Amino acid sequence: MEYNLHPLGDNAVLIELGNEISQEAHEKVQALTAVLETQPPDWMTEYIPAYTTVSIFYDPLLIYQLSSDKLSYDYVCSLIKPLMEGLEASKAADARVVEIPVCYGGEFGPDLEYVAKHNGMTPEEVINIHSSGDYLVYMIGFAPGFPFIGGMSEKIAAPRRESPRLKIPERTVGIAGMQTGIYPIETPGGWQLIGRTPVKLFRPHDDSPTLLKAGDKIKFKPISLKEFENWKETE
Amino acid sequence: MLKIKKPGLLSSIQDLGRTGFQKFGVIASGAMDPFAHRMANLLTGNAENEPTLEITMLGPTIIFEEDALISICGGDLSPAINSVPVRSWRSIFVKKGSELKFGYTQSGCRAYLAVAGGFSVSEVMKSKATYLRAGIGGYEGRALKAGDQLVLGTPSDQSDRMTEYLIQQLQNQSFLESDWSITPELIPNTESNPFIRFTKGRQFELFSKESQQKLIGAAFDVTAQSDRMGYRLKGPALSLSEPAELISEAVNFGSIQVPPDGNPIVLLADRQTTGGYPKIGQVAFVDLPLLAQAKPGDKLRFVEISHEKAQHLYLEREWKLKELKQGIYLKTR
Repeated sequence: MEYNLHPLGDNAVLIELGNEISQEAHEKVQALTAVLETQPPDWMTEYIPAYTTVSIFYDPLLIYQLSSDKLSYDYVCSLIKPLMEGLEASKAADARVVEIPVCYGGEFGPDLEYVAKHNGMTPEEVINIHSSGDYLVYMIGFAPGFPFIGGMSEKIAAPRRESPRLKIPERTVGIAGMQTGIYPIETPGGWQLIGRTPVKLFRPHDDSPTLLKAGDKIKFKPISLKEFENWKETE
Repeated sequence: MLKIKKPGLLSSIQDLGRTGFQKFGVIASGAMDPFAHRMANLLTGNAENEPTLEITMLGPTIIFEEDALISICGGDLSPAINSVPVRSWRSIFVKKGSELKFGYTQSGCRAYLAVAGGFSVSEVMKSKATYLRAGIGGYEGRALKAGDQLVLGTPSDQSDRMTEYLIQQLQNQSFLESDWSITPELIPNTESNPFIRFTKGRQFELFSKESQQKLIGAAFDVTAQSDRMGYRLKGPALSLSEPAELISEAVNFGSIQVPPDGNPIVLLADRQTTGGYPKIGQVAFVDLPLLAQAKPGDKLRFVEISHEKAQHLYLEREWKLKELKQGIYLKTR
């Protein structure tokens, strides 16, 4: 697998696996993170995957102890080489599908009307299109468990708000440009808000603290306000 | 137990950060000045990752409901015990009933209070650091309030030896400072308007020649919109030589990113895990304490060094720290 290495501060190396957001780059990132998950190198402290890159963090002092004749960055680069050899892009076929129930419109989705008007359609049409798409979680970032999702139909695209809201409640589903996303915790933000899910995306006390992870596929399922209120986490 | 009489401006429990969860989008958090945090722990015989109290700008007033070995490192927020000023960067034995009061910052921005045994709070995602925005970690996931009661953990054998050493010399005082302290050459200079060493960021070459030179030559103000997440700087606007759409990727402690308005942001302890703005530079880790101790109104100047140099500086400081650790250990053996 081809890659480029770049330093990221004094304790990390960024591995570049592509230069545009694509299924291909995503599969490479997934292949590498699968190895880092199942056989974590003992010198690695953690890693951050993104659209086209994986950044690996390490303890420079430990690296120095492993190799006292090289600078920590150079030595880490030499350790990454065998890691990348023989690595093949993983197929997305075995991706997990996560269904996310969404109560669209009303007080949960104050911008649903705007998104509909902007695209010359009814709110129901927006809901239909949003909930019938096949979505892929490219990466997690911005906030704990916040998914960067690809695959939204451009028919329901809408620009960000000119002035961001100071508080967007957790679990709100929004649209910004060609992207759709879900806010796991209360944050300020400029997205157009179209609904809310009763499902918690950030679970700080669980072993796996986020509902979604990179590589997941998402299906949005419309639910009524009553279903939202009666929703109980099945897990 | 320590009782908080007044909380100060922003006092929160921090450790060296939440490692291993950034892949879930969970920010690292942890001490803004990791060096001062580690020194405070070292001077109380704690492991380096024990939680300390990070104190910002205007400090708290704390009542000791038991004897304790403490240390205060970092910025000078004029600490005093029972109205007698005490020195930073050393160990202090404090008797039950004493009042430790911090004032407004004299130099620097943040002080770290370590107590032998650490603060007994539960771990969330393997860390005791407070993640303020998500309301998790530390003391009930928030900054301290008046009336809070901090339970102390069990001191280490090293802490006990240090305490014994000080108690032997104690007469009638309510506290006693150690005759050992951090070597002055190791203490970062927290004077205002520091020079910050940085290495070229991954997108440095995308910036115009003019902007590259401005980053190095000009002074940047730390604006009031600066917090634990990052410092927003104001100086000459920096721009790319041509517009470029960047793809979000990981950022690090001290990454200097430039949003479209041209005003750089230095990312700090509560930074997001990933970012899509171009990174013009990366602050050398040895100079992170200088940043953490800069406050709104201060001016920063940036000095470029090579990535090799930054790594050497990092290792040199770690070795000195090791020597210091051994010195204290021998002294109290």
